[in-house]
Amino acid sequence: MLTLTCPYCGVTVEETELAPGGEAHLKRFGPGASDEDFEGYLFARKNPKGVHFERWRHAYGCGKWFLAARCTATLEVFGTYPAQTTEPPAELIVKINEKRPNWGGWK
Amino acid sequence: MSTRLAKGGRLIDRAKPLNFTFNGKPMRGYAGDTLASALLGAGQVMLGRSFKYHRPRGLVASGAEEPNALVNLGRNNRHEPDQRTTTTELFEGAEATSQNHWPSLEFDVGAINDTFYRFLPAGFYYKTFMAPRFAWKHVFEPIIRQSAGLGAAPKEADPDRYEQAYDYCDVLVVGGGVAGLAAALTEARAGKRVIVMEQTAHWGGRAPVDGGQIDGQEPESWVAAAVETLSDMANVRLMLRTMAAGLHDHGYAIGYQSVGEHAADGRPRHRLWRVRAGLTITASGAIERPIAFSGNDVPGVMLASAVRDYLVNWAVSPGDRVVVVTNNDDAYRTALAVQAAGLTVPAIIDAREAATGELPELARARGIKVMTGRGVAKVLGRKSVTGVEICAQAGEGGVIETVACDCVAMSGGWSPVVHLWSHCGGKLVWDDAAAMFRPDATRPPTGAAGEPLARVVGAANGLLQLGAIMDEAGIPAVSEVEAPLMPVWVMPAGAKEKLKFKAFLDYQNDVKVSDVQLAAREGYESVEHTKRYTTLGMASDQGKLSNINGLAILSDALGRPIPVTGTTTFRPPYTPISFGAVTGEARGELFQPLRRTPMHGWHEAKGAHWEPVGLWRRPYCYPKAGESHRTAVNREIVNTRTNVGLLDASTLGKIVVKGPDAGRFLDMLYTNMMSNLAVGKCRYGLMCNENGFLSDDGVVVRLSEDTWLCHTTSGGADRIHGWMEDWLQCEWWDWKVYTANLTEQYAQVAVVGPQARMLLEKLGGMDVSKEALPFMTFAEGTLGGFPARVFRISFSGELSYEIAVPANMGLAFWEALNAAGEEFGVMPYGTEALHVMRAEKGFIMIGDETDGTVIPQDLGLGWAISKKKEDYLGKRAQERSHMTDPKRWKLVGLETLDGSVLPDGVYAVAEGHNANGQRNTQGRVTSTYYSPMLKRGIAMGLVLNGPDRMGEVLDFPADKGAVFKAKIVDPVFYDKEGEKANV
Amino acid sequence: MSEAISALKGASHTGFATVAEAGLTGMISIRADLKSKALAKALKGLGLSTPGQRKVITADGRSVAWMSPDELLLICSYDEAPGLSQSLSEALAKEHSLVTNVSDARAMFTVSGEKGDEVLMKLCPVDFATFPEGEMRRTRAAQVAAALWRSGPQELSVICFRSVAAYMLGLLEVSSRKGGEIF
Repeated sequence: MLTLTCPYCGVTVEETELAPGGEAHLKRFGPGASDEDFEGYLFARKNPKGVHFERWRHAYGCGKWFLAARCTATLEVFGTYPAQTTEPPAELIVKINEKRPNWGGWK
Repeated sequence: MSTRLAKGGRLIDRAKPLNFTFNGKPMRGYAGDTLASALLGAGQVMLGRSFKYHRPRGLVASGAEEPNALVNLGRNNRHEPDQRTTTTELFEGAEATSQNHWPSLEFDVGAINDTFYRFLPAGFYYKTFMAPRFAWKHVFEPIIRQSAGLGAAPKEADPDRYEQAYDYCDVLVVGGGVAGLAAALTEARAGKRVIVMEQTAHWGGRAPVDGGQIDGQEPESWVAAAVETLSDMANVRLMLRTMAAGLHDHGYAIGYQSVGEHAADGRPRHRLWRVRAGLTITASGAIERPIAFSGNDVPGVMLASAVRDYLVNWAVSPGDRVVVVTNNDDAYRTALAVQAAGLTVPAIIDAREAATGELPELARARGIKVMTGRGVAKVLGRKSVTGVEICAQAGEGGVIETVACDCVAMSGGWSPVVHLWSHCGGKLVWDDAAAMFRPDATRPPTGAAGEPLARVVGAANGLLQLGAIMDEAGIPAVSEVEAPLMPVWVMPAGAKEKLKFKAFLDYQNDVKVSDVQLAAREGYESVEHTKRYTTLGMASDQGKLSNINGLAILSDALGRPIPVTGTTTFRPPYTPISFGAVTGEARGELFQPLRRTPMHGWHEAKGAHWEPVGLWRRPYCYPKAGESHRTAVNREIVNTRTNVGLLDASTLGKIVVKGPDAGRFLDMLYTNMMSNLAVGKCRYGLMCNENGFLSDDGVVVRLSEDTWLCHTTSGGADRIHGWMEDWLQCEWWDWKVYTANLTEQYAQVAVVGPQARMLLEKLGGMDVSKEALPFMTFAEGTLGGFPARVFRISFSGELSYEIAVPANMGLAFWEALNAAGEEFGVMPYGTEALHVMRAEKGFIMIGDETDGTVIPQDLGLGWAISKKKEDYLGKRAQERSHMTDPKRWKLVGLETLDGSVLPDGVYAVAEGHNANGQRNTQGRVTSTYYSPMLKRGIAMGLVLNGPDRMGEVLDFPADKGAVFKAKIVDPVFYDKEGEKANV
Repeated sequence: MSEAISALKGASHTGFATVAEAGLTGMISIRADLKSKALAKALKGLGLSTPGQRKVITADGRSVAWMSPDELLLICSYDEAPGLSQSLSEALAKEHSLVTNVSDARAMFTVSGEKGDEVLMKLCPVDFATFPEGEMRRTRAAQVAAALWRSGPQELSVICFRSVAAYMLGLLEVSSRKGGEIF
């Protein structure tokens, strides 16, 4: 069972206080989008063995959504950050580059 | 014959005798005994029958690794099967019975399996019970269930209390032996917050039995001093009788504590600890391995370490004449202990060509006969050992000499307990010299920051000699220097088939050397597959004794090195834990939270029959004395439609949405337009997910210029509130919108029926006339003295008001309505009446008409989908090709030709068959009820091109060959013109 | 307001600690920009100030707690909650904000006694050994959401939703039974 630090509350909590929300940094496609883009938005998920950016809600705490970068194989957590962003913080990318030189980027 | 010695026993208190029974026979032991030591001390060598061949079995070990000596313990509601006698502390009045035999332990019919062992090889069940198919359920399974298995399952509810607790520490030390205590001292002195868990009832592990010197003291004295030091430190918690069951992700460790076993003083029986540890130090020791020779399961054949444990700890002699069989020096300690207790060691049989270490020399000096290069060909005896046949270890089992004895102490070397290390990914390395898998310190399990989350010390790290163990902790210690062992996986090395058929690897599952070799011949290469095929290492001991021997045999049969074969997965819990501890407080009333409305107690007092809705309980109906549920529902409907009814609608979701962008936000959330709703007005709205499927519905109210109130379904309130917050926080975070889930702030009552207005007017305080409060509007005021918000909305087609008051006044308000309504014939109604009335009106219900694959367009709700909006959640999906497919099933009403009620969920069949040979279908029933107003069955369903096929009759096959014929009709059955609501 | 009754009418149990429903309690949820001067001013009028992350501040029988980066909870007497809610709403009228009276949506409990922490150790994944005074912790008690803080010497207060008040009291009762002391 994971522990993650809520970037809003500043507390490290166990997974039972959280609700998972799947892959982070999805771009929403709405009316007017091509079938291909819309299919990608609805269904195509990365599911990597390695670094993964994902959504978590501090459901039993502040109720806020935050994002986490985590290795799905070792469960190492590289960092958590607020959800109000379209891309991971630069310093987090630097940290992941150091720890997983061949991780392949977040996009 | 085993017996209690007159002297000694470091763990027992002879001043405190305890009485217990085994198979009804009264016996006596002492405080400090385990059930195992007490049984052995009372002369009971045979304790059960084996799983498959029903062979007589006795104790092999003295600790958690014991595979055989499992008993039924207690009776009636405190009966528990498969209790391990070696880890059960003896208590006054214990009632133990042996398992796995019929009719008795001494005479067992199932033992015939042992004669036919040739016909019960590995994979027997898989090979035999293949066909015919029906026989599995009716013949094979009942027979296997009767003959196999161990103890009997308890039949009554457990009266004991169990609980869980959360704790946190920097360092968790698992194991209270000398290695664990030394590690705890180091960490505690460094200021760390330390928890030490020891599974047994005493500190020190093996060291006090095995001897040597630590820091110039006897191990026992050193242990006592270390425990005293640790006890005095505020940052240390010492926990005896607490088994570390598992180590999981991010340092999450589970501890299983025996708190008040058999106590009647209010203590919980077990407590499950959920510990977050920064670092877990496993000091879990090592387990001695048996040797595979013929008859190594006869009662009286035991691990060498267990024999000296029984002698030294509990003053119990497993036998008068103890033959020691070994491949290492350590087992010589057993011979010396046996001799020191005044008993006889007729011979030490050492498989090694030479035994020249300090301990063998000491044994020789004490006059014990040491036979090197020898092995056991066969153990004599069936229910107890009578002797051993000795052969050359290198040979095929030709008997050189027969020695009479009543106990055999065997040692095949030691295996570190690597379970916790392995549970969350720590890797192992094969140590060829010591013939063991031990933790690979370079590949530890890692935690949240990628750091090692476990470290391993002592025998668990493969250090088997006291000097090396304590040296790791920087404490000087000495013990006899031991010479290397010689790996022995089968005894003798060239044992013939006949011997291997009785050379057991896994005692608990009756797996023999021959079974593993057969599996290899049949093509099993993976150790995990071999485990399942042969059952090696399964069941409640999870192969603590058998795994290494088994995979060595498998490797040998496959002609490859042991590390290539690898181990099976080590899974938690380390030893079985009680269901009660896993459950904790979550039983009975606390099994699951029950959500109660403010009027819950009133409903209960009125004998409401409940319907679970999410975690709520809502009254389904209120049956009067002698009334069936159906009659009650019909009465409630008729009364509501002719007089006035009250519904507790408090469970409906109520979410306030406020802000400059709230209108824009709700336009995205709902399929219809909400931004143009006038202040004071109500509008029915639909919400879809991004797949386009209908997810929730409810009435939206515009409270003020920048504030809306969204009603959701009872089960949907939290989900929809979370859904709103998700979009606001993660997609449109620059929009100025706040939400608040006020579901529980208000008790809400639907006052429904032709007399509803008169009832509210009698309460007084607000103008609820058609003119002042028209249909689909709301007003705030004081009603009958209660601060109230009154909505003119209807889910029944009747004149209807939904009134929200503060929840803490809900009961008083409900009671006031009931009292005031008496003269109007008011009655409460339940959810079933609500369902029938909404179906009579053709209103859909989320979860009935929708199932996560239905879009609003399927339900004739096109009127609630804005054509003007460029976007709303689900809009793009509803443009996808299969969503616009004209062949989608659509909502219609269904009327049976004979007035009967269609079964729920039945399908309408079409011509022809599908690829699976099933009838094609063209529709299904989504809601079906008896309408007491129309006095006939009414139903709604989704039908292919349904709305264009009015009047057509469809066939709905049901159970037992019945076919219901129903006509497609308009889904509005009652008051089609809608005259009753808008009055 | 005389007809208002709390979820459990102040029911209590005494084991190795005393657990009790606190009865009618005023609670006001304030969603706003926590840096707002108008908010600070309104709280100052009550003798309070805007609490920092996870903090709870108490003065004159009222407390205000940080619940999330844009949410505070004002705890006061039940009877003053509607009025306070109204005046706070008005004080923040010119800013984007949402003030709601949630007094009836919640139930409050106290756990008191020397071993009070041990009751909640059994229910919440929180390290009580390091849980400081003046901090509000939102977490889970067994299967329901809970918010808790140290409300007095040897006293913890716990807030949950009203509908699960009986469940919460059941949890607290079973966890505080005599014989269940942990240390």
